[in-house]
Amino acid sequence: MELASNGYLDMELLRFTTAGSVDDGKSTLIGRLLYDSKSIFEDQMEAVRQASMVRGHEEVNLALLTDGLRAEREQGITIDVAYRYFATPRRKFIIADTPGHIQYTRNMVTGASTAHAALILVDARQGVLEQTLRHAYIASLLRIPHVVFCINKMDLAGFGQNVFSDITAQLRAFELKLGLQFVHFVPVSAKWGDNVVDRSERMPWYEGPTLLELLEEIPVGAGIGPGARFPVQYVVRPNSDAFHDYRGYAGRVAGGCFAVGDKVQVLPSGQESVIASIDLYRESLTETSGAQSVTIRLRDDVDVSRGDMLVKNDPLPVTGQDIVAMICWMNPRALRQGNKYILRHTSAEVRCVVRTLESRVQISTLEEVVPCDALEMNGLGRIRLRTTRPLVFDAYRDNRNTGSFVLIDEGTFETVGAGMIVC
Amino acid sequence: MEYMNHSTRSHLRELEAESIFVLREVAAQFERPALLFSGGKDSIVMTWLALKAFYPARLPFPLVHIDTGHNFPETIHYRDALVEQTGARLIVGSVQDSIDRGRVVEEKGFHASRNMLQTVTLLDTIAQHGLDCCMGGARRDEEKARAKERFFSHRDEFGQWDPRNQRPELWNLFNGRKHMGEHFRVFPLSNWTEMDIWQYILLEGIEMPSLYFTHEREVFCRDGVWLAALPCIPRRDSESVEVHRVRCRTIGDITCTGLTLSEANSLEDIICEIAATRVTERGGRADDKRSESAMEDRKKEGYF
Repeated sequence: MELASNGYLDMELLRFTTAGSVDDGKSTLIGRLLYDSKSIFEDQMEAVRQASMVRGHEEVNLALLTDGLRAEREQGITIDVAYRYFATPRRKFIIADTPGHIQYTRNMVTGASTAHAALILVDARQGVLEQTLRHAYIASLLRIPHVVFCINKMDLAGFGQNVFSDITAQLRAFELKLGLQFVHFVPVSAKWGDNVVDRSERMPWYEGPTLLELLEEIPVGAGIGPGARFPVQYVVRPNSDAFHDYRGYAGRVAGGCFAVGDKVQVLPSGQESVIASIDLYRESLTETSGAQSVTIRLRDDVDVSRGDMLVKNDPLPVTGQDIVAMICWMNPRALRQGNKYILRHTSAEVRCVVRTLESRVQISTLEEVVPCDALEMNGLGRIRLRTTRPLVFDAYRDNRNTGSFVLIDEGTFETVGAGMIVC
Repeated sequence: MEYMNHSTRSHLRELEAESIFVLREVAAQFERPALLFSGGKDSIVMTWLALKAFYPARLPFPLVHIDTGHNFPETIHYRDALVEQTGARLIVGSVQDSIDRGRVVEEKGFHASRNMLQTVTLLDTIAQHGLDCCMGGARRDEEKARAKERFFSHRDEFGQWDPRNQRPELWNLFNGRKHMGEHFRVFPLSNWTEMDIWQYILLEGIEMPSLYFTHEREVFCRDGVWLAALPCIPRRDSESVEVHRVRCRTIGDITCTGLTLSEANSLEDIICEIAATRVTERGGRADDKRSESAMEDRKKEGYF
């Protein structure tokens, strides 16, 4: 059996998100990626063929492959984050497909939070819109390493090189301002498949990779920051005869690497101990690799519970109650100075108060505007928080796991804000 | 074998780590969680991951089986053996009981299925045992409405899902806060595909029910789908019984489990078969064929 030798059981996983404005063909592009990479099954295709016919579309409408909910099929727009899966012989992909409609921008932040790459669609006829910049800004704010601008509907722009280079130049001007890490541009026609999976014969002037080639080549990093961080999720105590004194700290590595024998600190208490063993089911590991879920035992009988973090001094994270963060607001009830929320950060949960709402980001100019007294739904701003108990954190730019948090409304328990710690 | 090494960045190890993280969040955030066990491959893998997540402790939650009374006997044997081996607690919710107590009315006719009735039994079981979170083995790649599901899916006091008002889910921060009477459905396998499930079963050497491998069985064909010729599915005169070598691609209630003509005799065979297949696994599920949004409608009512 060649399952092992051909790497079938050991592929890389790339998570990417997609964003675009209404009607710029995002669902069609994803439908095209799935269809041309042969990820669509016959019964799915037959259902789409039937549905297209019923709606009186001339051709098979690939967008119907991904528009899942009844309300969206009726309105013709995607209303929530939907996840899609496909694989090529080289990689497995998870797509977080997010809607472009302005009131649903919170969903792009959701989809972007776990992504290695962002695909942002631009309608070749419309050029760069405020929505395009909003999406690019969110990608930069969430520190998505790779941003791919797909200039779509090139068929309706005569497959012209000028159209593509004008839009590229416009976006380049913002790129520096946004501080994006790696930026790519691909001219495509999702409807006809040009440069999506197969190279376009109608745009010979474009010499770069097709969209799928690009997605197969983008490096997938370890995905976690360098400093060793282990938020304790759950304490494993079997209380059985066979494992009478077993006390293990279960969690998922949120940064760096831990090895048996390493000296660790338990924060926020500051107690020190040494790693006695790293358990993964019946196996014992000598060290962790990437974002593994393991159970760590310590040599000393120290007081550790959920919400604490095991760390190494390489360097230490911040332990404190005052936090400055960028926040994306996701609820119709606005964020105001003085409001109190539940704050969830790694496995810790504390209460917090918004000390000051320092500024709001003006998307059209990408500038922070002061002063402001409320942050409305889909607004982005900078806030200063005070927590009831100390949190153990890093800046978001250094570690996406220990630098992120969500705010929860104390009355409704809805998730109302997504925060990225500045310092 | 090299791919057995934990230090490889295998996609399976990444999915495993993510699912174990979710299972531990459930144990930490809820007071009375439970794992919905159907006897199918997804709930078997979920149980396996749960055993890994809490080892060497036993599962900190019971397994809940909603029994339609129309199960393959192999499923029940497998379930009981698993409970015996792991010392897990088992709660069985019986659809037959719901029928006997007049909570639901049995469907009639050739397409009668207890699939819809399960929802009532499930919600009754949740209420009876005061469960505040049920973990299901559903995957987002199964069906269009599932693709929008969160890992932590909030349900109101009627057990209903409101797809337009889901909580945003960011990074790996799961919000399980709820009011009295509300509960959560949590899907630790959200990001797995059918192929990932089988590859993982092979990688881990998980024992599977014999129904997944080829066997000879009396079957009949209805609307292009092979079904088991057993008394709980009434047949039309025109539907004649034949004997074929078949296997299950999904296992559910007998009345809605389509069988695949197959010679696949090992996990490797199954993986090759799936790689070559041109129809989705739910293509054989009679319950999805009722309308274009059948799954969405059932989920809103509180289905799995």
